Amino acid sequence: MTMSARHVPLSGPSARRLRLLGLIRKEFLQIRRDPSSIAIAFLLPLVLLILFGYGVSLDAKHVRVGLVAEKPGPETSDFLSAFEHSEYFQPILFTDQRAAREALARRQVSAIVRLRSDFARLALSGQSAPIQGIVDGVDANTARLVSGYMQGVWTQWLQRQGDQRAEESTQAVEMRQRIWFNPAVRSRDYLVPGLIAVIMTLIGALLTAMVVAREWDRGTLEALVATPVSVGEVLIGKLVPYYLLGMGGMALSMVMALYLFDVPLRGSLWVLLLTGTLFLLAALGMGLLISIVSQNQFVAGQVAIITTFLPAFILSGFIFDIGSMPPAVQAFTYLIAARYFVAILQTVFLAGNLWGVIVPNALALAAMAAVFLALAWRRMPRRLG
Amino acid sequence: MGYAILGLLKKELLALLKDKKSRFVLIGPPIIQLLVFGYAATFDLNRVPIAIYNEDAGEASRELIARFAGARAFREAGRITRQAEIAQFINPKKALLVLHIGQEFSRDLSNHRPASIQLIIDGRNSNTALVALNYAQTIVADFNRSRAEEQRLPRPAACLEIRAWFNPNLASRWFIVPGIIGLLTLVVTMLVTALSVAREREQGTFDQLLVTPFTPLEILIGKALPGILIGLVESSFIILMAVYWFRVPFVGEIGALYLGIVLFLTATVGIGLMISSLATTQQQGLLGAFLFIVPSIILSGFATPIANMPEAVQTLTLLNPLRYFLVIVRGVMLEGLPMSLLVDQYWPMAVIGLTALALAGWLFRRRLY
Repeated sequence: MTMSARHVPLSGPSARRLRLLGLIRKEFLQIRRDPSSIAIAFLLPLVLLILFGYGVSLDAKHVRVGLVAEKPGPETSDFLSAFEHSEYFQPILFTDQRAAREALARRQVSAIVRLRSDFARLALSGQSAPIQGIVDGVDANTARLVSGYMQGVWTQWLQRQGDQRAEESTQAVEMRQRIWFNPAVRSRDYLVPGLIAVIMTLIGALLTAMVVAREWDRGTLEALVATPVSVGEVLIGKLVPYYLLGMGGMALSMVMALYLFDVPLRGSLWVLLLTGTLFLLAALGMGLLISIVSQNQFVAGQVAIITTFLPAFILSGFIFDIGSMPPAVQAFTYLIAARYFVAILQTVFLAGNLWGVIVPNALALAAMAAVFLALAWRRMPRRLG
Repeated sequence: MGYAILGLLKKELLALLKDKKSRFVLIGPPIIQLLVFGYAATFDLNRVPIAIYNEDAGEASRELIARFAGARAFREAGRITRQAEIAQFINPKKALLVLHIGQEFSRDLSNHRPASIQLIIDGRNSNTALVALNYAQTIVADFNRSRAEEQRLPRPAACLEIRAWFNPNLASRWFIVPGIIGLLTLVVTMLVTALSVAREREQGTFDQLLVTPFTPLEILIGKALPGILIGLVESSFIILMAVYWFRVPFVGEIGALYLGIVLFLTATVGIGLMISSLATTQQQGLLGAFLFIVPSIILSGFATPIANMPEAVQTLTLLNPLRYFLVIVRGVMLEGLPMSLLVDQYWPMAVIGLTALALAGWLFRRRLY
């Protein structure tokens, strides 16, 4: 025993490597003992991506719309047939307005289109027949999409009527739109890349939020401080195993996005992996900082719940447009690492390697990772007070 | 028995609120988050950058551009003179959309030929793109209508007038802020419950609790009540802020809302305790909390309508208490739905809550290893 002790010096590069390897090995043993870390890295992305990839969609389809023809006839059914053949609507027929209004109040339909009894007479006699549309405004986003569809049905009907004069008054200016990067406007194509950022935020914080706090709780931090390892070595020892796990989870998410959800990848994979590394370091660094500052697992867990999911979900631009937020709230979003990664993911997946977007966001991620890790390093206890 | 439970309740509340950091976490962040999210979470577009590419020299194009630039949804980000510049604005997100008016625009209009304009939209966020397109269509339709009136053109065979009920201006804040009440209440109850049994398990004090004369039911009540109490206080505060700060209308009865809150809290506290008693370490409890919170929020109809989800996922949402609660909050606050119309939302939460609490109590004794 004394022999080997003499052969292992307590300082110098080889000793440092040995200590580091020992710390990493210890962390891996702990991961094996409580496999919830492995579940976090692989089960979480699997479950969440499948659930969201299939579950979440902003494309209004089969909207139940009440059609009221107070005096059914060929003109009204010609107009209303457009709703029956559209995949956006699931029509329910009513003959009077009161029943339709009641259905709207009971949320059985989300919109009503009403053709009054004088519809055919006015439309045929060269006058203008009013069409009344009512949308349930509670879900404003859906309501706006539905009224857009209604307008489309109406203009198409006017065109079918071949009414020259009507054409000039309603279509004097006609707008053609080209939607770049996602011409079919599949919401899944932008939600899935964004979700990767949200999920990786959770994974990064969940993996590390407990690791130092756990040592506080169990009293093993004292033992660690008493050994010759330096603070930097402890942090690297904590970072490396979870970085490897996290990158595994990230790779899994990207494979699922590409092959399960058929999201096109127009940029290159190595850009994704490189910026993913920066993002993961920021997320892990934030988790470590939470863990060090909280000093016990209970508080660390609470802080992790509060600071990760909802901010990444709401403030990252994943679903809500950052540019439309008030300036003060926009300033707040700069603190959310997911914001930069969402911008990179949506661009690299849908638009390609646009360096004008990638470089500034990647630099911001690198800066956040550096700040979090530096803070973690500074706040890591060197002695017990 | 009542007195003994009070002692237990006191101990649980102390365990939660004694630690200064824990106390802050329970009170500070939910309030800050309501303020930030209340403003952030909106599908309405506000001053979205639009670049103008106008090749027409006429009066009509200037008038149309003025309508775009004057709309609250848009803000002019710059002028373009060449086709190639479009990408220079769209790619780095300097503009979300580009309005392109061709050389023939004014001439076509005055010759009573259809004049076409082109709108190029960044589709990286396809929902934002669709909403922007919608705003643009409204602006163009208004332009056409007022021009038809000015020129005394014959009116079309039918004209469409759309009104929105319950939310005439289609402000999505009215929809989102009540949703945030549900989100934050869910998060707070999870903070209180998901780690509480797991912590005692990890520290070994749960075994001590089990050998005291308390029955599992009493322990269950002692663990559940603090969550319900803290949830009630926080959700009341958040509702007050929603009504007085964000000016969300409250047209229904308070009683109908509070019945919903109590049932919702019972359900989430039950699930939180169930997660906590399944876990043997706090790390596992935390994982469980996230595996519950994240799907419940995404599949609740908070941001994306349940009706858009595939059938199988829609069925899955029936297990989600937040789904019912959101219908209640929005229904009571915005539409004034009475209790009688909300029965279908109340009873599933009650069933979920009682089942989860029973399972949690059962797991207290079973999971001893």
